[in-house]
Amino acid sequence: MEQVELIDITKSYDKQKKVLNEISLSIEKGEFFVLVGPSGSGKSTLLRMIAGLEDITDGTLKINDKVVNHLPPKERNLSMVFQNYALYPHLTVEQNILFGLKAKKVSKVEQQERLRETAEMMGLSELLSRKPRELSGGQRQRVALARSVVSQAPLCLMDEPLSNLDAKLRANMRVEIRRLQKRLGLTMIYVTHDQVEAMTMGDRIMVLNDGIIQQIGKPITLYNEPANLFVASFIGSPKMNLGKAKFSTDYKQLIIEGVLPIEMDPLSVSERLKDVNLTVGIRAEHIFSGMEENATHYLEVVNVEHLGNETTLAFDIGTELWTAKWPGQWMINVGDKIPVRISVEHLCYFDSDSEELLKAATAGKSQEVVAI
Amino acid sequence: MSIASDLAVQNQDSMELVFKQVRKKQKIKSFIKGILFLSPSILLFSVFLFYPMLRTIYLSFFLTDASGSTTVFVGWQNYINLFTSPVFLKSMMSTFLFVLYTVPVTVIISLFLAVIANEKLKGVGFFRTIYSSSMGISVAAASVFWLYLFNPSMGFLNMIVEALGFEAIGWLTDPAWALVSISITTIWMNIGFTFLILLGGLQSIDSYLYESADIDGAGYFYKLRRITIPMLSPTLFFVITVTIINAFQTFGQIDILTQGGPANETNLIVYSIYREAFVNYQFGSASAQAVVLFILILLMTAIQFKFGERKVHYQ
Ligand SMILES: Nc1ncnc2c1ncn2[C@@H]1O[C@H](COP(=O)(O)OP(=O)(O)OP(=O)(O)O)[C@@H](O)[C@H]1O
Ligand SMILES: [Mg+2]
Repeated sequence: MEQVELIDITKSYDKQKKVLNEISLSIEKGEFFVLVGPSGSGKSTLLRMIAGLEDITDGTLKINDKVVNHLPPKERNLSMVFQNYALYPHLTVEQNILFGLKAKKVSKVEQQERLRETAEMMGLSELLSRKPRELSGGQRQRVALARSVVSQAPLCLMDEPLSNLDAKLRANMRVEIRRLQKRLGLTMIYVTHDQVEAMTMGDRIMVLNDGIIQQIGKPITLYNEPANLFVASFIGSPKMNLGKAKFSTDYKQLIIEGVLPIEMDPLSVSERLKDVNLTVGIRAEHIFSGMEENATHYLEVVNVEHLGNETTLAFDIGTELWTAKWPGQWMINVGDKIPVRISVEHLCYFDSDSEELLKAATAGKSQEVVAI
Repeated sequence: MSIASDLAVQNQDSMELVFKQVRKKQKIKSFIKGILFLSPSILLFSVFLFYPMLRTIYLSFFLTDASGSTTVFVGWQNYINLFTSPVFLKSMMSTFLFVLYTVPVTVIISLFLAVIANEKLKGVGFFRTIYSSSMGISVAAASVFWLYLFNPSMGFLNMIVEALGFEAIGWLTDPAWALVSISITTIWMNIGFTFLILLGGLQSIDSYLYESADIDGAGYFYKLRRITIPMLSPTLFFVITVTIINAFQTFGQIDILTQGGPANETNLIVYSIYREAFVNYQFGSASAQAVVLFILILLMTAIQFKFGERKVHYQ
């Protein structure tokens, strides 16, 4: 069942530049849907339109198969967690949590019931009489979450709720939010500009750039088959290594950035790839360490980062900086020339002009997605 | 080993001594700096505030001649006279009544205007300008303007009253109406200022609070009661305090409209002080009244802070 459906939603604030351009998507009941994109891409605007805080310039918004374009926020039966928490500074945690229930005139007994339950779930029972300013960032975060949970609205919108937290707390809250959403069966629309959050939390992800949908799909799909160069460079950390490429005249070699030749089987080169300007991409973990015998290239290391259980290396490839990610600890120094193995089946091909994906890596699908 | 540790202890002691000295030096330095920064205002305050205040207190214990120089020390006699004088007691009474008439009405009206002028409507800027415009009008000009309105025979107010079939009212001459008339004038004059301050307070409330309340399903009056008023309380507190002090110090409109009459009905305390000093040349008694007024305002403000501040939510 479709909980939320957007049909050609368009938004412009000043009637000139479109902040969102013909967004169409549908979100299933109980789905964790992540909206991701760089700053200013229109994520908050889209969320606020779904909430009813912002007018819809053009298009149709349906919630539970009913058109709600004209409905005020309170009739859309949803809850929202704001980026800055939006707690009422003059009210205690308890009053903050109960604010909506009192407004909706829920009975006193039920209020207390829900309060107790929610506070317990969020670990706020001890903090109920405090004011927001007496709480830490993570605690405020939990109050904001509690406020949306206590309303028991089936649709929950969250706008970068973890952006102000430290790395450890953020990782914790990621898990907690995900677990909560599953347990309560909420439909979640979750905005973030952090692609790690998007990858780890979402059932499906929508990548937005400049108000235009770049791709909608499962995290793995976005990772393996990015629809265009933008998604390729946005999803994944470190970002996908990209470079302009040309075939040699006999199609036996693909030369990346004019300096990195890769052996090809001429027969596998489809016609589609032959007559466009190519950009190819390869993930950092697909540049393997090579033994003397199977190394395809020797590259000079320009930077080394030790991350404990893995090592990232950077190389200059023409004008591009490429990175490789190797599991384990490697004692390599800047300036070393090291053997690497780059094979053709890990390459994604893009059209440099339209920036669209022409052909995804063939190795990715068969080998790496381990189904259990 | 023990020598070494002894040395260490000694060393620590002497270090602490050095620390203390440095800290002391820093304290003195910052004190001097503070005084330097404060000196202009201390100087100004001394010349224009502290000296006149002390002088007033001093004068209140003396009888004076017409030029204001002291003649006879009378101790508390001036104060005793005051509190047994029916004119002064009446003046106190009028002042309290005046505060009671003006402050709540001013605050409520300007709060109402500020709330409606804070809505996001077309042309609201026009109304904001209108509502705050009385701030730009001097007391004298406003009083003259109201003098015309109050005029018993050709004033606009009486025209309305008569048109409605009532008898003409002696707005400024009827003892039953004079204080009310003065209050109306004062309310009208104060609204501009209080409106502007309250509107500023309203605009500084973050809009996300209202958005969040909208999503929670709160209605207009629920938001007003649970968000607007509490968030505005520091501003309201300020406005109420200032309006009360202003009301106690009202002078200009009385001087122009009624000169304290009829039957001392509008002889508010500041006007009474003025009359005592510059009409009757009783500087001693006038000073005593001024001291009483000062203590009164001080008390009112202190009480407000004591009881009001608890209900105020500072962010
Ligand atoms: N009230 C407004 N009036 C005019 N333009 C606006 C308004 N709000 C947002 N915009 C513009 O709309 C675009 C999208 O803004 P939006 O807040 O949706 O970005 P975002 O994707 O949420 O970014 P961020 O990650 O920084 O929060 C931006 O270019 C912004 O300047
Ligand atoms: Mg945003």
